[in-house]
Amino acid sequence: MEVLERYRPIIDDFEAFEAACRRPLPKVVRVNPIKTTPAAVQSLFDTTGIAYEPVDWSDRLLRLATDAPGRTLGWYLGWVHGQEEVSALPAHLLDPAPGDRVLDACAAPGSKTTQLAALMDDRGRLIANDSNLGRLSALRSNAERLGLTNVAVTNRDGRELSFEAFSFDRVDAALVDVPCSCEGTIRKNPDALDRWSRDHVEGLSGVQKGLLRRAVRLTAPGGRVVYSTCTFAPEENEAVLDHVLEKEDCRLVDQDLPIEHAPGVTKWNGETYDPAVRRAARIYPHHNDTGGFFCATIEVGA
Amino acid sequence: MTDSERFDRLPATAADRSVNDRPTREDVCTWWSDRYGIPQATFDGFSFWERGNGKIWVARGTEPDPVAIQGLGMLALRTRGEHWKPTTNAVQRFGAAATRNVIALSPEEARAFIAGEDQELSWDGDWGYLIATLSVADRSVPLGVGLYVYGELRSTVPKGRRRELSPW
Repeated sequence: MEVLERYRPIIDDFEAFEAACRRPLPKVVRVNPIKTTPAAVQSLFDTTGIAYEPVDWSDRLLRLATDAPGRTLGWYLGWVHGQEEVSALPAHLLDPAPGDRVLDACAAPGSKTTQLAALMDDRGRLIANDSNLGRLSALRSNAERLGLTNVAVTNRDGRELSFEAFSFDRVDAALVDVPCSCEGTIRKNPDALDRWSRDHVEGLSGVQKGLLRRAVRLTAPGGRVVYSTCTFAPEENEAVLDHVLEKEDCRLVDQDLPIEHAPGVTKWNGETYDPAVRRAARIYPHHNDTGGFFCATIEVGA
Repeated sequence: MTDSERFDRLPATAADRSVNDRPTREDVCTWWSDRYGIPQATFDGFSFWERGNGKIWVARGTEPDPVAIQGLGMLALRTRGEHWKPTTNAVQRFGAAATRNVIALSPEEARAFIAGEDQELSWDGDWGYLIATLSVADRSVPLGVGLYVYGELRSTVPKGRRRELSPW
């Protein structure tokens, strides 16, 4: 927990933040519209005695009282998938349309991938890429259980990704939900910070810059790229945006977030970032009783 | 490129076939229709692919043929062997339209089926792969595939998909 002390200067009500980080996280499931409807899931939960509470900004998200949603009939049928509330934000912001070509650059184990596919009504093509072959098997089994057929899975380093296997070389939209130091998952994984080091964060930052730059280049002019992490470290968030804004033809756009958040920070540890990073969103656990999260929406230049 | 990474699109009909014994798109659509009564139009807009030995995948839309990637849509059907065998996931996705070779289970029978158990059940029809369903939220929902032989429904739910449901 002392790792988080470094964020005292940038987080409002730091004591509330610390207290929230110590509380366990509510279990949330997302309804899969490819196989069912929110009303049918609620009817199933009512019949089987599973207590739930809707999340106010999406009728497809339900907070559950059970600790084991993976052992419910709704899970077996692919009617629901476990997904933390903040983890549902990036796909919500990217909001792909049915028929689009979409990239999920770091897709495994597939919670956001399957949400993107659902928003696309299982139409068009969703390229789900991940560099980790082992984690791709989890992605594939999640996508198949949820009944998806528009997902093409690739196993490449996202920094060198291309679409040579396909009939196109750019996508309409991309999600870049990068590997990160995962500080914001502390409520779910109490040992998330055990191996934290400044060197690790800096190393991740380099990889994240490469991943985001490549995704911007793979997105057609006027298309959108959502960048997200589950960490608080500005090195992995605003510093990555600042770098890509300088190196690539793109800009940050305003986001219409359905939950409380703070703007991106423009100063950190003696560094100054492009003022546009204020358009990014920092979501702290004490804001909405969720995990911690960061997301930004980029528009690719013409 | 290894075989396991390569998807080959099924030819439309036997006249388009270049690889002996590869099933055609027509074969696959006809099989779903003949066996389960699922209308062939259900698969309009989908393409079928073989990867590995007789394993047929179904994908929305299409891609250049062949395509060497890790996954394309879902594994739908195994066509090696005398009787074709649909997957749990394909039946859950497309099986709601089935009108024959469908066995409706009670909640307790469904619980055993999902746990991967074999059970003695009466069935008037032919032996073979049946679509097992359960009434959930006022609709008949396909659970997966059971092999009916010798008075017994054998669950074919893969090990990784089985669940001891709790709570129900």
